[in-house]
Amino acid sequence: MGITRRTALKTMLAGGAAVAGASATTTPAAAAPLEAPADALGLLYDATLCIGCKTCVVKCQEANHLEPDTAGIDARYNAPLSLSAHAKTVIKLYKGDEGESFMKAQCMHCIDPACVSACMIGALTKGPNGIVKYNVDYCVGCRYCEIACPFNVPKFQWSSNTPQIVKCELCRERLADGQEPACTEVCPRHAVIFGKRADLLQEAKRRIAAEPDKYQPRVYGETEAGGTQCLYISHVPFDKLGLPALDDRPAPELARSIQHTVYKGFIAPVVLYGALGMVMLRNRRSAEKPEA
Amino acid sequence: MPACPAGVHRLAGVSLAWRCPLFASFSLDSPGVGEVSRRDFVRFCSMAAAAVGLGPLAAEDFVKAAERGAKPSVIWLQFQECTGCTESLLRTSHPGVDELILDLISLDYHETLFAAAGHQAEAALKAAVEKNAGKFVCIVEGAIPTKEDGIYCMIGGRTALEIVNDVAGKAGAVIAIGSCASWGGVPSADPNPTGASPAHAVLKGKTVVNIPGCPANPYNLLGTVLQYATYGTLPELDEENRPKFAYGRTIHEHCPRRAHFDAGRFAEKYGDEGHRLGYCLYKLGCKGPATHANCSVMHFGEVVDAWPIGLGHPCFGCTEQKIGFRMPMHQTVQIFRPTPPDTYPPINANQGTISPVATAVGGAIVGALVGGGYVASKKLSQAPDEPPSSLPKAGV
Repeated sequence: MGITRRTALKTMLAGGAAVAGASATTTPAAAAPLEAPADALGLLYDATLCIGCKTCVVKCQEANHLEPDTAGIDARYNAPLSLSAHAKTVIKLYKGDEGESFMKAQCMHCIDPACVSACMIGALTKGPNGIVKYNVDYCVGCRYCEIACPFNVPKFQWSSNTPQIVKCELCRERLADGQEPACTEVCPRHAVIFGKRADLLQEAKRRIAAEPDKYQPRVYGETEAGGTQCLYISHVPFDKLGLPALDDRPAPELARSIQHTVYKGFIAPVVLYGALGMVMLRNRRSAEKPEA
Repeated sequence: MPACPAGVHRLAGVSLAWRCPLFASFSLDSPGVGEVSRRDFVRFCSMAAAAVGLGPLAAEDFVKAAERGAKPSVIWLQFQECTGCTESLLRTSHPGVDELILDLISLDYHETLFAAAGHQAEAALKAAVEKNAGKFVCIVEGAIPTKEDGIYCMIGGRTALEIVNDVAGKAGAVIAIGSCASWGGVPSADPNPTGASPAHAVLKGKTVVNIPGCPANPYNLLGTVLQYATYGTLPELDEENRPKFAYGRTIHEHCPRRAHFDAGRFAEKYGDEGHRLGYCLYKLGCKGPATHANCSVMHFGEVVDAWPIGLGHPCFGCTEQKIGFRMPMHQTVQIFRPTPPDTYPPINANQGTISPVATAVGGAIVGALVGGGYVASKKLSQAPDEPPSSLPKAGV
C-alpha cells in the first residue's frame, strides 16, 4: 500500500539535488553591480539647508490630491508622523547627541528596487528615467512591496474601500507637463533639488569637497542598496536620520537569486511535479492491483 | 445751508458739514466751509477702494461716478435688529460716515439717521422708492418675523414683510447687512418665537447679497455698494451669496494668533497664563478655523485689535449660517483645511503598541474558538447517522 519510505526519501533527495545543482551554477551571476540608467532622474536633499518649513509636504499632498493626515499627533493638525497613505513625503526632526537635523523622507527610487522585485504582478515597475512607478490597475493589494522596501516607503490605504499603494513617483505627471516635482518647486532654500542623478551626485560631491568640515564625508544613496536615485548629504550621521546602513548589494538580490534559481529553466518545478506525478501513478497502480 | 427734504441729523462725535445728501457736491477749487476739496475726495475714494480691496483704478472710477452725479441712492430698512450694524458703520473714519453718506452714496432713508419722524419719514421712503425705482440699493438690517403674518415687527402700520417685499421688489440691488438679515441671527435663535427669517428667505427669486457679521464690517458693505454704484455690478459671491473679497478666507488663515496655534500654545481658560500671553483661543471655543470673514485683517472702526480675537475672546462665528447663534459658545469646531503644526515627528515615530492585556484577551478568544471547534468536530464525528427521532422530519 502506498509508496515505501525508501521511495519517498529517494524522490525527495533527487528533487533537492536538482535544486542545489541549479543554484550552485547561477548564484555568482546575480551579484553583478547595477548601473543607473544614463537618464535617471532623482532628488538631492541637503539636510544642512532644510529649515523644516514643510512646504514640500503640503505642496506634495496638493499635487498628488492627498487628503490631509489628521491621524498623527492631533486631529487639529495635518501632521503625518511618517510616510503614510496621506503623505508621500514628510519632514522629520532628529534631535540628539549628534546635534539637530531635519530629514525629508520619500521614495528613494532605487536603481534596483526591492518593491519592483517583490511585486508579483508588475504593478510596480521601473519606468522611464528610472522612476519607480505604480500602476493601480494591476495592483492586487498584497502589500509585499511594503514589506520588501528597506526604506519603509510604500504605504497602503487602510481606510479606503478601494485601497491603493501610496508612494512618491517623482511627480511623473507633472514631469510629463514639463514641470518639476512639487517638493523641489516650492522648497524656499533649495534644500531639495531635482535633476539627473549623475548631475546631482556630482553636485553633492562638490558641496562635500567645498566644505568637508560641514558634511558627512559621503553621499547616501550613491551605493546603498545598489544605489538610489534620491541622494542625501547631511551634517549628522545618516543612520540618525533613519537611513539604514545598507551594503552595496541591491536589496532584492538575495531573494531574487534564490527565487530565480528555483525557477531557472523551470527545472525545479518540473522535477517536483514529475516526482509527485510518479507517486500518484504508483499509488493508482497499487490500488488497481487486486488485494493479495 | 440748504433745506433738506429728508433730513439727516448730526450725530455726536461725527463732524459733518450740514448738507443735504441729495445735493451734496464738492468744489473743484478752494473748498468753502463745509465743502470737500477734490483732492480730499479723491483721497478718501482711494481709501475706500483700498479698504475694500478694489485697487487704485477703482478710486478714479468712484470719483468719476460721483462727478457724474451717479451716487447710488441707498434705502436702509431696519427690522428685528439692534442697530449694531448701523453703529459700526457710524464709527468708520476712512472714509468717515459723513463722507460716506454725503459724498459717496446718497442715503435717502435711514430711520436711525433721520431727523424726520412719523408721516414725514414714511413720505420720504415712498418718495425715495419712486424716484429711483429699479436703481436704488436696498439695504436690509435685521431679521423679518414671519409668524402670524409678521405682526411682531410693524412700522407705520405695515409689517416688516410687507415693507421689505414692497421696497426690495423695486430695488436694483438688495443687500442684507448683518447676521440677522443674512441668516436670521439673534431673533431666529432657538426657539425663534417670531419666526424670524433672513432677507433671502423672504425675498425669494431675488439675489440678496449677504454681508453677515455681528456687526458686519462696514467696509464690506461699502465695497459692495461702491462697486454697484460705479460699475453697476455686484461683487463675486460665494455659494452663500457673500462677497468673496471679504468672505473668501477663514479667520484662521490670517489670524494674528496663528503662530500660537501652529506651535500648540493654547489658552486653556479665561485669565490663565496662556490667555494673558495672548495664546491661541481655539480651546476656548474659537470658531475662527471654520468662519469665513476678513475680521482678522480688517479690524473694526480702524482701531488696532478692535475685534473679538484681538480683545482676547474667541471668534463667535457670526458670519457663518450654521455657527453663530447656533453652536454653543465654547464648543470647538472641526478644523477647516488642517495645516502642519510647528512640531516635527521624530525620525522613528512610535505608531502605537498593543498592550499585554489586549494580547492576552485576543489569545484567549482565539484559544476558545479553536477549543470549541475541536470539541464540536469531535461531537459531529461521534454523532449517529440517523437524526434523533425527536426532531421533526423534513417536509412535515
